Amino acid sequence: MEPVAQTAFPWVVWLVAVLIAFQMVLMIVAYTVLAERKVLGWIQGRIGPNRVGPWGMLQPFADLLKFIFKEDLVPDKSTKFVYYLAPIVALTCALMPMVVYPFGPTLSDPMGTLGPWINWALGWIPLVGTYVVDAVSWLTPRAVNMPLTISRIDVGVLFVLGITSVGVYGIALAGWSSNSKYSLMGGLRSSAQMISYELAMGAAVLGPVMLAGTLDLGGIIRAQQQSTFRWFIIPQFIAFVVFLISAFAETNRVPFDLPEAETELVAGFHTEYSALKFALFFMAEYVNMFTVSVMCTVLFLGGWYVPGLEAVGRLLGLSAYLHEGTIVYALISHVAFIVKICLFLFFYIWVRGTLPRFRFDQLMNFGWKFLLPVALLNVIVTIVVVYFLNIYGS
Amino acid sequence: MAANAVFFLFAGLAIACAVSMVYHKNPLYSAISLVGVFIALSCIYVTLGAPFIAAVQVLIYAGAIMVLVVFVIMLLNLDDDRPLNRLRYLYAVGAGLGLILLVQTLFIFYAVARSPKQAVQIDESVGRTLSIGSAMYSRYLLPVEIVGVLLLMAIIGAVILVRRLSQPELERVIDEELTRRHEEDEIGDYRISI
Repeated sequence: MEPVAQTAFPWVVWLVAVLIAFQMVLMIVAYTVLAERKVLGWIQGRIGPNRVGPWGMLQPFADLLKFIFKEDLVPDKSTKFVYYLAPIVALTCALMPMVVYPFGPTLSDPMGTLGPWINWALGWIPLVGTYVVDAVSWLTPRAVNMPLTISRIDVGVLFVLGITSVGVYGIALAGWSSNSKYSLMGGLRSSAQMISYELAMGAAVLGPVMLAGTLDLGGIIRAQQQSTFRWFIIPQFIAFVVFLISAFAETNRVPFDLPEAETELVAGFHTEYSALKFALFFMAEYVNMFTVSVMCTVLFLGGWYVPGLEAVGRLLGLSAYLHEGTIVYALISHVAFIVKICLFLFFYIWVRGTLPRFRFDQLMNFGWKFLLPVALLNVIVTIVVVYFLNIYGS
Repeated sequence: MAANAVFFLFAGLAIACAVSMVYHKNPLYSAISLVGVFIALSCIYVTLGAPFIAAVQVLIYAGAIMVLVVFVIMLLNLDDDRPLNRLRYLYAVGAGLGLILLVQTLFIFYAVARSPKQAVQIDESVGRTLSIGSAMYSRYLLPVEIVGVLLLMAIIGAVILVRRLSQPELERVIDEELTRRHEEDEIGDYRISI
């Protein structure tokens, strides 16, 4: 390959990887919106959207087009710069944690398996073919032990928590800059709620992190693979429940959706937002749901790890294709990961169709006087257990 | 080359945000600029191989402390065109301090240029979670404990400050304040009337 192409190639690979991950997350988010409307419809004895495409499958795109073509109203008395900044901050902070998601297990030698097939499929094309063969031969030694994450950060858990905590600014600033009573009340409620429940969430995260002994998301999954119970939901059930509840509060979902309680605050912090800027907030909310579902899956349900998959492979005599590192194993694990996330997303929607809303003082009392002490107690118990396990165990 | 470019990008961002923080008269803009400084600094920490410090910087400063500051500013809603005549005499002090800082910086450049170059032993584990944790709870145990006691004192102090009035007294004061505010701004900027 020519030098320029060789320098640019890693960046191209990287870009393609980022684009695929980005596209996948956004598609899941778009269809979460549709699923929410459908499931809510069924719960309430309605049908839900069913006009755009078969079973309403194209509804998300119709919604997007509608958002783009709607008139963009900006309140006259708003603080313009902050008003424009807020939705951007909200969506950026919601999307950024994607960088550290462990989408699947490490591939030991993907191009060794796929390379010949790619060469066979594309190598014969005139002009382009030689480049494809070159690219495959360049990529093969470099793709050995390829992790299916965009970036492996030593402190993945902290990274996700930090970025999502910066997301509070989007909501707080939106509420303030709109210069409207409802928006401000929504923004204040939302910030207070997110700051309060962040503590319980952080304390709940500590449990699995201590058991795993690492802050790296991939490392936590690996630790669960090697632990006695396979999934941390069993030894850390209290932390799991606390995390799930505070995740509802962090994403402003029912029963903690006071920031946008439509019966009292119109639409809360995004009352004054319209068209595409409203769509950004809307998307940010669903991307945040996706984020906490990913965290829940990784911390408590073993991420992509399916217990017994390798044993099944041995049983069927397929262990050459079905052990960790092969493409089939990675595919199955990846699908399992997505299914686990979708289960959590479904749980969100289910709860929304079932539970009424908290009062604000109930919300604060529950967060500070129940959830946080329980989470701290769990941390203390885990510390003691881990300490004695390290001394007497193994 | 790329590392340098990244450094200059984030260093420039940090300096620009810092200047904007001092320059803006609206306190909310200053607060947002300060958040920008923190985030740019944490990016520099990442390039220096200290991801833990970077994550904690974002989590604590940008995600917790500055949210509270923004909260307070939003609730108080200070006028943005209030002249700052009261602090005019401080300009001279500020100029003096700035000069000292400049001299210090120049001295550092001078000292670095003068000192003999030598190969530095780079310890990869520095800045990692494990090394920070083990250092904090073994070598620097006493400072950590002292900071812990200090923070506990601050928490107790805050509780005592809030609890200075008994509950009925507190409710009376809040009631009075609310009626006063209600009379003051029947019409006007909604942001004042929380």
